[in-house]
Order: sequence, then structure tokens, then C-alpha cells
Amino acid sequence: MARKATTSRRLLMTFLAYAFALMLFFPILWMVITSFKSEADAIALPPKFLFFHWTLANYIDVQARNNYWRFAFNSVTLSFGSTVLGLLVGIPAAYAFAFAPTKNTKQILLWMLSTKMMPAVGVLVPIYLLLLQFHLLDTFTGLIIILFLSNLPIMIWMLYTYFKEIPHEILEASRMDGASRWKEIVYVLSPMAVPGIASTVLLNIILSWNETFWSLNVTNIHAAPLTAFIASYSSPEGLFWAKLSAASTLAVAPIVLLGWFSQRQLVRGLTFGAVK
Amino acid sequence: MGKINLLGVRKTFAEVVVIPSVDLEIPDGSFVVFVGPSGCGKSTLLRLIAGLEDLSAGHVLIDNQDVTDFAPAQRGLSMVFQSYALYPHMSVASNIGFGLKMAGVPKAEIDKKVAYAANMLNLTEYLTRRPGQLSGGQRQRVAIGRAIVREPKAFLFDEPLSNLDAALRVQMRLEITRLHQSLKTTMIYVTHDQVEAMTMADMIVVLNRGNIEQAGAPMELYESPKNLFVAKFIGSPTMNIIEGERAQKYGAPTIGIRPEHIKISRETGDWPVRVSIVERLGSDTFLYVEAEGMGQLTVRAEGDLGAKPGDQLFLTPDIGRLHRFNPKGEAIRT
Repeated sequence: MARKATTSRRLLMTFLAYAFALMLFFPILWMVITSFKSEADAIALPPKFLFFHWTLANYIDVQARNNYWRFAFNSVTLSFGSTVLGLLVGIPAAYAFAFAPTKNTKQILLWMLSTKMMPAVGVLVPIYLLLLQFHLLDTFTGLIIILFLSNLPIMIWMLYTYFKEIPHEILEASRMDGASRWKEIVYVLSPMAVPGIASTVLLNIILSWNETFWSLNVTNIHAAPLTAFIASYSSPEGLFWAKLSAASTLAVAPIVLLGWFSQRQLVRGLTFGAVK
Repeated sequence: MGKINLLGVRKTFAEVVVIPSVDLEIPDGSFVVFVGPSGCGKSTLLRLIAGLEDLSAGHVLIDNQDVTDFAPAQRGLSMVFQSYALYPHMSVASNIGFGLKMAGVPKAEIDKKVAYAANMLNLTEYLTRRPGQLSGGQRQRVAIGRAIVREPKAFLFDEPLSNLDAALRVQMRLEITRLHQSLKTTMIYVTHDQVEAMTMADMIVVLNRGNIEQAGAPMELYESPKNLFVAKFIGSPTMNIIEGERAQKYGAPTIGIRPEHIKISRETGDWPVRVSIVERLGSDTFLYVEAEGMGQLTVRAEGDLGAKPGDQLFLTPDIGRLHRFNPKGEAIRT
């Protein structure tokens, strides 16, 4: 009888898990469905779930109103640019924290991470003024620097936890073999940390892609990414749910696909070190 | 060439003194074993020679050149680590050739040297494999191969056999000894296993709390240990130490006698004892006996004595091979 009890218990848990997953996924599903409705269907009450006139009109309108591809290109440039910069600084920094720790290493790491907990709006004015002074408003350079710096603590932290798992002796062996610090990082450390670096890159791209606050505040036309593109649909002429949904679907599709295909890598990266 | 001199070498980690001050000369071409209990500073001393740790004071000389401030690779030494420390993402061939690649040696020459080392270590058929696909013994040979191709002035071994099982350990011990005989390069070998030390070394350096207790040929340490620490550390089973009244009879506050230097008789002898445990190894037998006023003693007998737990025996120490120690634990030489 005990066996039967566990089976029904398992069924219940499975059902709950699916229900919970659906609950989490539902807003995105609803957004995608709405993007195929006419504006009238989109605000119809009771809501129409599947039985309505499916149309691609919203997508055509969105592309006609502003050029989706330009915003998409900007998003790609910004996330990749900030990620490459992040790696160039993050890998050597994480190396130093992991392999040459001092008494204060842990505190410095925590302090760096704590900057992520500060509300961005608190530094909006000074950063805005700085960008203004340096003529970096609405430029790729300006926004890339902001994205790079705001994600750097997380990148360093993730790389640090990965590097710490790499046996010290292997690096010492390469030192005995005559590898300079730089060659040690390029030939020995980085290849061994590839899974960790890959998930760090992935997370950073996603964070940069989804970043909204700075994109809205320091860009206008030239460097505006997809998050600004969606936002442009929200206010001026009232709410057009169907078009807003189409724009949002277009904006999140690339990153959702990227995340979908690399979820195994991503989960491993985020939980790395939690379980030996 | 590979003569190494340590002059007043000192190492401290924050306030902890690991090595107070060590002076030692390691002759060219010798096989030197650093031995001692864990935490005695033997690995630290090796790492100081390698350049993986910075000295707190003193100098390291290789062939009379002061290398104290040299980076590890500039010292011309190779090291074999306890964990093998192979590069897991590289093939065996790349692992062995990595040092040469870093030194900018042309590829054709790297290939030639790697092939030579692989042949010497029976690794030729594994050259394209990754370390993860090899057994423990093979991995250790790759680590040795990596050390050989650089043609170092000296090899440094940091407990290289402690991750291997017993049978493999004996085999690798022979291989390393054979390697030393054919290369005639200086080798410094760190172990906590006194059997490895006795069997492999030209010179054993016994370390305790960062100090050299005694340095010398294996048989010298076995036959005339300078103090109680060396006496107890070298030799297996351990030397019997007898203190107090029983020892005074032999003219010292503390005496030591090795298990193999005690005569056993069923009828008569100096010390009446009762057998508590019998260990038969085939070639010989170890008897653990209780002696009145002396506690437990270990005796080694050739072959099988037929003794059983509870038997009464009489022991007579070989006076000529008795070790006498003063109250400070130093050997009394007569």
C-alpha cells in the first residue's frame, strides 16, 4: 500500500509542478497569442484564447512604424560589446581573487556585488552628467561602458567560483613549465574553465539584452536597443495591446531562443559549486 | 649539472614559522629524499627550491648561482606533483611537450623529444589520449615524461606515489630509481613513507618541525640515528624505546633496540615477556609482546616461530646494537 501512496503523491507533485510552470510561462504565452490578434480581439471581454481571427498585421505595422532590425542590431552590439569588455577585465580579476587571495578578498568580492543592490536611479544624475560631459549620450560607447560596469561584479563573482574549483597544482605545473601569467591564463586556465566562461557569457548577454533602465535614460535614436523599442509602444497614442505584444515578442524572441538552446549550460553555470 | 645549496633558508606564513633555518648541500646527481611526518615542512622546502614559494630569508643556489629571485621556470628544474597536475584538456603528447612549447622550441624538435620520452616511459600508444582516459600509473608516467623532456638540472618529486595503490607504488618506485640510474640527474624526492626513503635514496634528510634532524645515507641513519626522533622514524617496524629503571641497567636514561636485534628464546634470556599478537608475513614474523616494566615491545623473527598469543618467551637484546640516548633525546656515542 505504501507504494501506491508514493505513486499518487508523485502524480500530485508532477501535476503541481506543471501547474506552477504554466503559471510562470502564461504571461509570455498570452503575449505571443495576443500579438496575432486584432486590436479589438486583444481587449475583448471575456478574453479570447484561441478562437479568433489570427493575423500577422501587427508585425507588419510594427516593422513599418520603426525599423525592428536596427534596434535588434543595437541590442546585439550592446550585449556582445559589454560582454567582451567584461571578459577582458573579469577573467584577470577573477584569476587574482581565486589564485592570489588576501585577507580581504572575500570582503572585496562582497562589496563589489553589493553595488548591484544599489538602486540604479540613485546614480542616474551623476552618470547622466558624466555621459553628457564626455559626449557619450545616445552612443554605443556610453551604453556599453555602463552595461559592462554594472554587470562586471556578477561576471567576476561567477568566474571566481569557477576558477576556485581548478586545482592549484595544475597552474603551478604550468609555471614550472615556463608559462608566463598570461600564457597560463590563455593555455591552461581558460580552456579548463570553458563551461564556466560560457555560462558567464550567456548570463551577461541576457542581462545586457534585458537591461531597460539605462537604455531608456541615456539613449534616444542612435544606440537604442530593443527594450527602448518596446517602451516606445506603451504611452503616446494610448495602449495598443496587440501591437505592443507583437513588438515585445519580437524583442524577447532572440534571447528566449538563446536561453532555450543553452539552458543546460546556464543552469549548470548558475548552480556551479553549490553541489560538489 | 645539478648541485643545489640551501643557505639559511627560512619560511614563515604570517606569524607561523614553518622552516626556521635550513642549510643543506645536495650533491650533483644524487637522489635525496626529504622525509618526515605530515606538517614537518618537507613539501614547503621542496616548493621553496622550485620557486613556487618565496623565501622569507636565506638563499637557494643551483650550481653555485643564486636563484633565490628567479621564477620557477628560470631555475631549470622539473617537478612531479602528488596529484600529477596534468592539463586535462590536452593530449598526452601536448602535456609532455607543453614546457618545450612555452620555451619556443620548434615543433619538429618537440615531437622528437616527446616521442623519446614516451618511448622511455611506455606511453607511445597513449600519446593521443587525454589524461582522463589513463590509469593512475599511466598518468604518473605522463607527469614524469613532462618533467624529463625539459632536461632539467634536477627533478623535484612531491609525494608522487601516494595516490597509487600498493602494488603500483612498488613498481613505480623501481621505475623512478631506474630513471635516476639512467639519467644520473639530481632528484629531490619528498615522502612521508620511510620505506620509500630507505629504498630509493642516496641521502635521506629527516625533517621535523622545519628542522633537519639528520641527513645522511640510509644505512647511516638506520645504524646510528642522531636522536630519538630519527631512531623512531627510520626503520620498520619502529625501534623499541625503553625508559627508566630497565634502561639504566644498560647505562642510559633511554635506550632503543630495533625489533630485528633481539634474540628470542623459549628457555632463558634477559627479559621475560608474554606474547600478545603474532603477525606472520611468511618470510618473517612480528611478535608484539608485553614485557614487565617496559610496556609493549616488537620483535622480529625470521620464518615462523610457532609462537601463540599468551606464550611465555625470553628476549635478549644484542648489546652491540643497542642505542643509548641522553635525557634530551640525543644519541650517546661511545
